[in-house]
Amino acid sequence: MDAASGAAVAPAVGSEQARTDRRDFLRMVTGAGAAIGAGAIAWPFIDYMNPSEDVIAAGAAIDVDLSKVEPGQQITILWRGRPILVVNRTKAALETLQEPGLVGRLADPASTVHQQPPYAQNWHRSIKPEFAVLVGICTHLGCLPKYLPTPDPTTPEANWPGGYFCPCHGSKYDLAGRVYKSVPAPYNLPVPPYRFSGDQKLRIGENPPGATFDLASVVQM
Amino acid sequence: MAGLHKSEFTNPVIRWVDTRMPVFTMMQKEYGSFPTPRNFNYFWNFGALAMVNLMIMIITGIFLAMNYAPNTAMAFDSVQRIMRDVNYGWLLRYVHQNGASMFFIVVYIHIFRGLYYGSYKYPRELLWMIGVVLLILMMATAFMGYVLPWGQMSYWGATVITNLFSAFPIVGDPIVTWLWGGFSVDNPTLNRFFSLHYLLPFVLVGVTFLHVVALHITGSNNPLGIDVKSPQDTLPFHPYYTIKDSVGICVYLMVFAALVFFAPNFLGDPNNFIPANPLQTPADIVPEWYFLPFYAILRSVPNKLGGVCMMFGSLLVLFVLPWLDTSKVRSARFRPLYRPFIFVLVVSVVILGMVGAHRPEGIWVVLGRVCTAYYFLHFLVLLPIIGKFERPLPLPESISKPVLGGGGGPLPAGAAAKPMEKA
Ligand code: HEM
Ligand code: FES
Repeated sequence: MDAASGAAVAPAVGSEQARTDRRDFLRMVTGAGAAIGAGAIAWPFIDYMNPSEDVIAAGAAIDVDLSKVEPGQQITILWRGRPILVVNRTKAALETLQEPGLVGRLADPASTVHQQPPYAQNWHRSIKPEFAVLVGICTHLGCLPKYLPTPDPTTPEANWPGGYFCPCHGSKYDLAGRVYKSVPAPYNLPVPPYRFSGDQKLRIGENPPGATFDLASVVQM
Repeated sequence: MAGLHKSEFTNPVIRWVDTRMPVFTMMQKEYGSFPTPRNFNYFWNFGALAMVNLMIMIITGIFLAMNYAPNTAMAFDSVQRIMRDVNYGWLLRYVHQNGASMFFIVVYIHIFRGLYYGSYKYPRELLWMIGVVLLILMMATAFMGYVLPWGQMSYWGATVITNLFSAFPIVGDPIVTWLWGGFSVDNPTLNRFFSLHYLLPFVLVGVTFLHVVALHITGSNNPLGIDVKSPQDTLPFHPYYTIKDSVGICVYLMVFAALVFFAPNFLGDPNNFIPANPLQTPADIVPEWYFLPFYAILRSVPNKLGGVCMMFGSLLVLFVLPWLDTSKVRSARFRPLYRPFIFVLVVSVVILGMVGAHRPEGIWVVLGRVCTAYYFLHFLVLLPIIGKFERPLPLPESISKPVLGGGGGPLPAGAAAKPMEKA
């Protein structure tokens, strides 16, 4: 085990005891060396499968012109292979987001779970109240929730205030991407990092100055 | 001379090779004179059928790969080209596509055989566990193969299934990114799935070899579940079981041909005729039929991590099955208490399959939960308990007695007819 102290303390050099201690020690060093070597050889193969430089580069920030997005309209942008939903929410929609009737039906109305950057942890889950920026992937199993912005008395459920409905297993979200109670999806829709590079210019994939937020850090994509 | 094998073959060429590398002796020992219980019914065909099926998959797959392009921009079109322009491409692809379904039919019946006749019990525990490894490898292979044609269901199936791993805390998301090789299911994902889809069948070949090695040490189980006691209990594998297997292979090929030529798309999903589109989800994402029971278990649990664990658990529980069943009697024929429950298990797995094909609404949710509960109850609670309380029927003295007319239980003809109906 401990060769140095073993040699210094008791058994005479060359005794049976000293030889087995020495052998155990050598065996452990060899074993550890082999394990480290195997790990060092395995790592390039494992990391080989992680995203490559060009894939990462293709995931750089992109610019979106908001001047052409009408109130009530949603546009979808593909960023890093994911649909990013940008919605110009109407005044009425923003009022609905704050109504207790709706808030009571939500699982996490105050966005306490880490699904958004700190600068979007507010009742509208965005930087500017009117513009919602969301990752349009259901937090249940990754389907694309449908944009159903118009209030409806019956579909997809009674007193629908407008929001998102996932056709796969029926999860519902409001127009800020906040998930309803008692649906399969556990969390709110994630908000990607973004900032306004001009009044009507959105840059998706880049934080506002001073903020650090990585989309991979959210609890559930 | 020292070092040379003593061959019993008389043909000079065979003898020359065999003395230097006794593969002929080995084949003769393992597949020629190999002593095999004389009372097999047709359930014992399905191992051989699975081997034939694996070879069919490998041969058709290698040829498909000659014309398949593993690139998101070309994959869908290259498969359409195989179907329309390549000589007999339609045939090879339909054989490969329906071959996957046939493979699972065969293997599921093979597994049922093991459950019913207690083939997982001492001394065949390791043989059984290797079989579970084969099942898992097969599932991985089929899952990745289904992604290759890059249709809508390929893409969305891959998205849903890879996303399952994100349920695990902390390591989940890095694992998913690693599986994808990017930020979503995309070209790197398709490339590696193709590479692994090509590789895994050969791993299957290797593990199948181990499966057979283990089998030839313990010897086969049989419908009575009792040990071979004398040479009278056995027959040489050839010609008796080579012929019986050939009969099964003919029936299997007829069913296979009926699927390929008359209903090649019966088991497929129409959504896979639409090219993959990351911006549009199909209304219902359903896996291939052979995954439906597991998919139903996944969705029956309201909690995501819980569902994922139960789904993997439903496979992993099979590994410890030999130690969960406390009865020493193998064949369900002599286990009056256990016998009905094995059919309840089959029924609940079939119902789970139906649940998996429907939206989780109304009655399907209830059925899914009840059957999921039964699945785990069966293995984790009923099997340990039944073995303790059951009073097995008297076992026959030997295999040869009932067969050679010395009394004992008659061999029911029904057992032989059943697998054919199913296949
Ligand atoms: C265990 C054996 C195998 C299973 C269970 C299996 C399963 C599958 C499945 C389910 C598909 C999708 C079929 C479709 O929907 O079109 C597929 C496609 C494919 N497989 Fe396999 N496969 C196996 C072996 C192989 C092998 C050994 C190769 C090549 C060496 C291969 C090459 C391909 C190719 C190129 C495709 C894409 C073309 C197509 O979609 O038909 N497969 N496989
Ligand atoms: S993926 Fe949206 S509800 Fe299941």
